[in-house]
Amino acid sequence: MKDNGTFVKRAMVIGGGIAGISASIDLGNAGYDVLLVEKLPSIGGRMLQLSETFPTLDCAQCTLTPKTVETGQHPRIKLLTYSEIEEVEGKAGNFLVRIRKKASYVDWEKCTGCGLCEEKCPSKNPSEFDRGMGMGKAIYTLSPQAVPNKPVINPSNCRYFKEGKCRVCEKICPVGAIDYEQKDRFVEERVGAIIAAVGFDLIPKENFGEYGYGEVPDVIDGLAFERLNSASGPTTGEIRRPSDGKIPKEVVFIQCTGSRDPERYMPYCSRVCCMYTAKHARLYKHKVHDGQVYIFYMDIRATGKGYEEFIQQGMEEEGILYLRGRVARIFRDGEKIVVWGVDTLTGRKVEVSADMVVLAAAIIPQKDIKELGKKLGIATDEYGFLTEAERKLKPVETNVEGIYIAGCAQGPKDIADAVAHANAAASKVQGLFAKH
Amino acid sequence: MDYLYFPGCTLYTKAKNFDQTARNCSLLLGLELKELSNWTCCGATFPLATDNIMALLPPSRILAKARMEGTALTTLCAICFNVIKRTNRLIQGDGEKRDKINNFIEMNYQGDLRILHYLEILKQDIGFSQLKEKITKPLVGLRSAAYYGCMLLRPFEEMEFDDKERPTIFEDFLVALGAEAIEFPYKIECCGSFQSVGSPDVATECAYKILTSAIKNGAEAMVSTCPMCTFNIDQKQFDIKQKYLDFKPIPVFYFTQLLGIAMGLDYQTLGLEQNAIDPFPVLKGKGLL
Amino acid sequence: MKIELTRQKVHNEFAKKVELISGQNLFACYQCGNCTAGCPVAFAMEVGPHEVIRYVLLGLEEDALGVNTFWLCASCLQCTSRCPKGIDIARVMDALRMVVLRKKERKDHIQIPEFPEGFLEKLPQIAFVSGFRKFLS
Repeated sequence: MKDNGTFVKRAMVIGGGIAGISASIDLGNAGYDVLLVEKLPSIGGRMLQLSETFPTLDCAQCTLTPKTVETGQHPRIKLLTYSEIEEVEGKAGNFLVRIRKKASYVDWEKCTGCGLCEEKCPSKNPSEFDRGMGMGKAIYTLSPQAVPNKPVINPSNCRYFKEGKCRVCEKICPVGAIDYEQKDRFVEERVGAIIAAVGFDLIPKENFGEYGYGEVPDVIDGLAFERLNSASGPTTGEIRRPSDGKIPKEVVFIQCTGSRDPERYMPYCSRVCCMYTAKHARLYKHKVHDGQVYIFYMDIRATGKGYEEFIQQGMEEEGILYLRGRVARIFRDGEKIVVWGVDTLTGRKVEVSADMVVLAAAIIPQKDIKELGKKLGIATDEYGFLTEAERKLKPVETNVEGIYIAGCAQGPKDIADAVAHANAAASKVQGLFAKH
Repeated sequence: MDYLYFPGCTLYTKAKNFDQTARNCSLLLGLELKELSNWTCCGATFPLATDNIMALLPPSRILAKARMEGTALTTLCAICFNVIKRTNRLIQGDGEKRDKINNFIEMNYQGDLRILHYLEILKQDIGFSQLKEKITKPLVGLRSAAYYGCMLLRPFEEMEFDDKERPTIFEDFLVALGAEAIEFPYKIECCGSFQSVGSPDVATECAYKILTSAIKNGAEAMVSTCPMCTFNIDQKQFDIKQKYLDFKPIPVFYFTQLLGIAMGLDYQTLGLEQNAIDPFPVLKGKGLL
Repeated sequence: MKIELTRQKVHNEFAKKVELISGQNLFACYQCGNCTAGCPVAFAMEVGPHEVIRYVLLGLEEDALGVNTFWLCASCLQCTSRCPKGIDIARVMDALRMVVLRKKERKDHIQIPEFPEGFLEKLPQIAFVSGFRKFLS
């Protein structure tokens, strides 16, 4: 590939979650052009799915939206959403990146973001964004405050693509922005540095045989609970169980589901579950005053500022019962979910007939992270997390000069740490640019 | 297809109905069960103490002798299956123990015998859909709960029989017979096993939980593949009734007895009189006799 | 109820024997209690399997051997199949049985002469063969 000798002082950030956004804003404010590539239709990442964040219980959208808007309006940041990295060549100062802009079947130049298409779309499918807790349309935006506020059509859910019928969105769009013939397009961009901030996923509950292989109704994971608790979620923020919409009065939270389990699942600690489980318990109690919460835990890891106090407050103020022990098995019995656990502090077996069970599932990398790692030429560990150059002293650099990592793509961490990580990565990019 | 067959001591006597129905069904299915010419008890429990090599000798001998007569061995009793299969794995994996054992029993067995449970033969070698075609009297409407117990499933890495948390092979078998397979959460929980010797009350309690779970989910018959489990959930229903006065008894069948009924075998050859809880009312009620 | 710990107490002969017979590393147990939570006979045990393992690790031989826990173990392997640290708890329970049964003074856990009339005749062979191997010296 031709190297025209110049050092391009432009950064590409892969991933538009809080880490990617933070890094982009830092770099933009420092005077550098940034290309932000995000595979979902809009930026915001996992924080979009959250209701409130610990330890302050601030509304996640209220904290996030100013950042996404700032990113969307920043003169130096170019947003390429609904796009994925195809190929990366070159070296620091001169990366040539081929990006696939996925067909959204909507002409974003024409679209005004009025939302009529999504409103009138007749097709309903379990929404991935809502973690199966609610239904979504085939043409959708991720949230009312999406940046950019342009919809995409998911062809596997769309009646026109599947059966050749419908076309309601096309008919109803006031500016004729629907284009079923759209194809994936490819663009090539030249950048000097890359930050990979592609985020995380949760280990699917379908993996846990002893917890019902994901088929026991009302056994959900942490992100699904966030959707239940969100005002913009499928139940408008009311804690209702998915099977029958009743308000659960006996709720069991199970920490370390798939974490700290070298024999069967992930050996590592997922770092954030103790805090978010306590958060979920407290938020649930705020809404359901006569409900009881049981949290099965092995240890409590509350290392950040205000974290330990948060946990203790939950116990003291809300009467949340912490049971030190694991849960061996969950199964359905009529309308209840039987939970077989243990309280090792008294040594007794504990059985709870719960209305709902929330699994704090282990944090794992995004499913295509190993392919991304290969494309970038950077190392991933056996679980897929992007590997830093040195565990203690180089947490955001990789084995390739010019490529940096930020956020949960490097390992599980909470929002504050992800932002700090992203700031660090941005600062490394600036350091690199300053040398040339 | 022919298989070497290890009945096990209990099937020869107290669980003769299990053995007999299996043999009769095999004839109809075109399977040949060649009983091992010279066999002993397998020990009834796989030695969990790692230094107990003596306890490995009976199953090793069985394996070594079987290997001289053929390449595939089957058994019906879940405990025998567990002991023999685990011993086989140990011989395959632990060279030092293998040599010690071979030296003592004065044979040379290398662990290359294929060990199958009868249900696996029905699934893999005949196929449940093929089996369905040989059924002349489908067990329509028989709400049967398959009780797996422990020994078929665990430890999963060695038994490789079916998913240890949610196995389906037994239910698939029952459906092939035309019956209605009842799922219940206690199907993989232990019946108490040899605790019926050590702490009989505990075993009674285990059996009670299993049976009530099945009955609660709609079962009118239990299906078992192990004489130990059958003793605990069939025979011990008398003990259960003494403690829980409103317990309703439920018949327990060996799976080969149901197979025999479904294949149209004369009911007098099924050994149903050996079943502790009388199975005739349920069978008559479903028009299966 | 106070325990005085020393390095000899932690790496005691009893624990080493149990580790040898069972082939398991008791230090791997982080006391999550998953074994106890899933054990089908734990309802009748004085202490759960995880607690017995703790006793052994802390050198509390009398406490460990004095409970009915490992005698009630049916070797169903549910604990082993779910232990997140890969400890074969069923083997540890059996090892504890062996420690008692292998002592020089004969100490059977069940006394055959005390069985009720006709009890052994009713049992299938499989029950008393396995039972005798687990409970008799």
